[in-house]
Amino acid sequence: MTSQSPSPAPAVHARRENYLTAGYGVKSWLLTTDHKRIALLYLISITLFFMIGGFFAVLMRLELITPAGDLVKAETYNKLFTMHGVIMVFFFLIPSIPATLGNFLVPMMIGAKDLAFPRLNLLSWYLFVLGGVITLWAVISGGVDTGWTFYTPYSSVYANTHVIATALGIFIAGFSSILTGLNFIVTIHKMRAPGLRWSRLPLFIWAMYATSLVITLGTPVLAITIVLVALERLFQIGIFDPALGGDPVLFQHLFWFYSHPAVYIMVLPSMGVVSEIVAAFTRKRPFGYGFIAGSSLAIAVLGFLVWGHHMFVSGQSVYAGLVFSLLSYLVAIPSAVKVFNWTATLYKGSVSLQTPMLYALGFIGLFTIGGLTGLFLACMGLDVHVHDTYFVVAHFHYIMVGGAVMGYLGGIHYWWPKISGRLYPEFLAKLSALILFIGFNLTFFPQFVLGYLGMPRRYHAYADEFAVLNVMSTAGASILGAGYLLPLAYLLWSLKYSKAAEPNPWQATGLEWKTPSPPPKDNFEQTPVVTHESYDYLEGADVATEAQVV
Amino acid sequence: MKEGLPLFPDAASTWARDVDHLYFYLLGVSGFFALLICVLIVVFAIRYRRSKGHQAVQIPGNLPLELFWMGVPLVLALSMFAWGAKLFVEVSNPPAGATEIHVVGKQWMWKIQHRGGQREIDELHVPLGEPVRLVMISQDVIHSFFVPAFRLKRDVLPGRYSTTWFQATRPGTYHLFCAEYCGTKHSHMVGRVHVLEPAEYERWLASTPVLEGPVDAGHRLFEALRCDTCHSPTSGPRGPDLAGLYGRQVALAGGGTVLADEGYLRQSILDPHALVTEGFEPLMPSYAGQVDEDQVLQLIAYLKSLGAAPAGGSRR
Repeated sequence: MTSQSPSPAPAVHARRENYLTAGYGVKSWLLTTDHKRIALLYLISITLFFMIGGFFAVLMRLELITPAGDLVKAETYNKLFTMHGVIMVFFFLIPSIPATLGNFLVPMMIGAKDLAFPRLNLLSWYLFVLGGVITLWAVISGGVDTGWTFYTPYSSVYANTHVIATALGIFIAGFSSILTGLNFIVTIHKMRAPGLRWSRLPLFIWAMYATSLVITLGTPVLAITIVLVALERLFQIGIFDPALGGDPVLFQHLFWFYSHPAVYIMVLPSMGVVSEIVAAFTRKRPFGYGFIAGSSLAIAVLGFLVWGHHMFVSGQSVYAGLVFSLLSYLVAIPSAVKVFNWTATLYKGSVSLQTPMLYALGFIGLFTIGGLTGLFLACMGLDVHVHDTYFVVAHFHYIMVGGAVMGYLGGIHYWWPKISGRLYPEFLAKLSALILFIGFNLTFFPQFVLGYLGMPRRYHAYADEFAVLNVMSTAGASILGAGYLLPLAYLLWSLKYSKAAEPNPWQATGLEWKTPSPPPKDNFEQTPVVTHESYDYLEGADVATEAQVV
Repeated sequence: MKEGLPLFPDAASTWARDVDHLYFYLLGVSGFFALLICVLIVVFAIRYRRSKGHQAVQIPGNLPLELFWMGVPLVLALSMFAWGAKLFVEVSNPPAGATEIHVVGKQWMWKIQHRGGQREIDELHVPLGEPVRLVMISQDVIHSFFVPAFRLKRDVLPGRYSTTWFQATRPGTYHLFCAEYCGTKHSHMVGRVHVLEPAEYERWLASTPVLEGPVDAGHRLFEALRCDTCHSPTSGPRGPDLAGLYGRQVALAGGGTVLADEGYLRQSILDPHALVTEGFEPLMPSYAGQVDEDQVLQLIAYLKSLGAAPAGGSRR
């Protein structure tokens, strides 16, 4: 790298060497240890998985247009919802923000050159790809039909599909998560720039830290559970099948001990993104910074203690159910705290409704609905009715798609100028955010109604009276699908045809905006020294009207 | 069954009404908060939209406000917890004297047996206004017995009895669904629940052919398997007499007691050394593999008939 004197004006960024131009050729990408390049490798990989998982969803929604199971066979439908769930959960949602935006931004936001273990970071991408390839092999060579939940003894004894191959793929991808989580924890502890005290950390970093704790503590339990299923399936060692002396409910305890916290792995990072966006687009330090940061940790801790609310009707004791119900209500409080604080941040702000902000506000609305309907499921008496119905399907899609994916897309737009060095087309982006919001609600709101009516989930064919609501849901899904294709198209377009981005197009605070777009290979020319709280949007500072976009 | 765009399910049990009331309470609270957040966001976004000359006012936070919006949701959440818990405890404790019906789930059908021995598949006839208790088990994977009109669901597990109960309040025919994914034809593991007026129910019972009632079948099995060799009033130290056993606390060898419910009786037949009665040696062989779940239920029905009324008269 040529050592120039720090350029005074950010306008001369066109020819500067950056992390994208620091090396060419396939090898420079596949052997890179640059966290930013690894983030892009992840971005490409999970986008492919998202499209595959989305394709399965399209087929499911098409099948459900009519009550009779007439488009695909029952076996096929069961494989479709299983593969949709497996791919979306393990190969898109869990890595989504941490592995892309987290990888890109954690070092930049804390003023570091890279993550603490750059080669471990590359290894984690390779593990992810290996796990993904094995799972895709299972899909192509016949699929798996257990549901993404793999309930025993169906998965361990009765299913005749590729349970072991799929489980092996998830097992390996799990280690990729663990390594990423570990890397973030060490990086955030040890590599903060001088002056960047914990109380000055951006809220995205707090969210990534809480997420990393959940990942490193929870994922090993998933790995153990998968090994136990494999032992029973391959060697008939009785663990879960009562015919072999096992206990089928034990599997559910182990599975949800990971998979409930996994919901927070998916949504906590989005909450971090929303905190950043709300601050930047109101030009305010978030209302109740300490409460937003603390609630991330509270969610991470309490999230480990509520798994039994998936099992009120499973044969768990009434007393265990009572404890899990109570704890589930407690985890609602830190979530509510976040929503109230974001809303309060808008008060007397300078609110700009550009695309990232539209996604952030969309997140708040949809996450609120998802969270509130979670209260119904935590309520023991009510859960008896709505458990395993479309009410649950609607609820977790409001959290994972309305919440997590909205946050992810908001973050992608917000940091796109930094990542790519290009601005995205603002009008198209606003339009597609709106399409997504409408399509999402049309798809999933009818499913709440279906659930209370009593339509069970994972039904290939269903009773006639559920038909109208299912048609509405499928119609909504077609709008939703268009909403996902648009950003894919215009973001790719922007790489070549769009205007180059300033270092800080949003006039936002945060160390990542104090370096060129795209950043140089080592992120900062000099290690930054932090002298202020984060989000120091001072009163009286220059206020740009609208950030420059095409 | 209804056509068009239904928005709310039939309510046909005492419990369904209770669940609906709780549902409306939660809908009210959630609706309020969803609307509140939505209105505040829209109002703030318009009122404080970015414009020249307008600057953000920095407000770091407000402790009383934070405590307020933690406290109010906490109180509301606890009220939801308490109400839901109360209902759940009720549905977990059937009233004494409920009519008992046995349900065996298997891929992909519901097998029902009534106390008088009437059997049906994927159909369940129940009397209006009388509490009905279901004793359920699966022969293979986990299923879940779900009647939306009763707001009732309970997983049906292999190797273990699950029980639940309801009291129907409206005559009619309602859906019975399997709610736990159980393999290829999961969505075809459906049936119908017929709620009949008590007189009509009696007529249905009388008109349905019965080969053998469960108590008689269990008695026959009890003798065929030679259980009576060791379990009789005169068998002495070989095995405990089983009359009046059901519902009693049993003292165990090695300390502790266990309630002799259906689950305990089943376990003692299939895995007799797991819980040995105090004062007896673990001599009994396992009957796992020799009797299926239907037969275990028949044996249990027979053992229960040895209880309070030794004559074995089945009440109606």
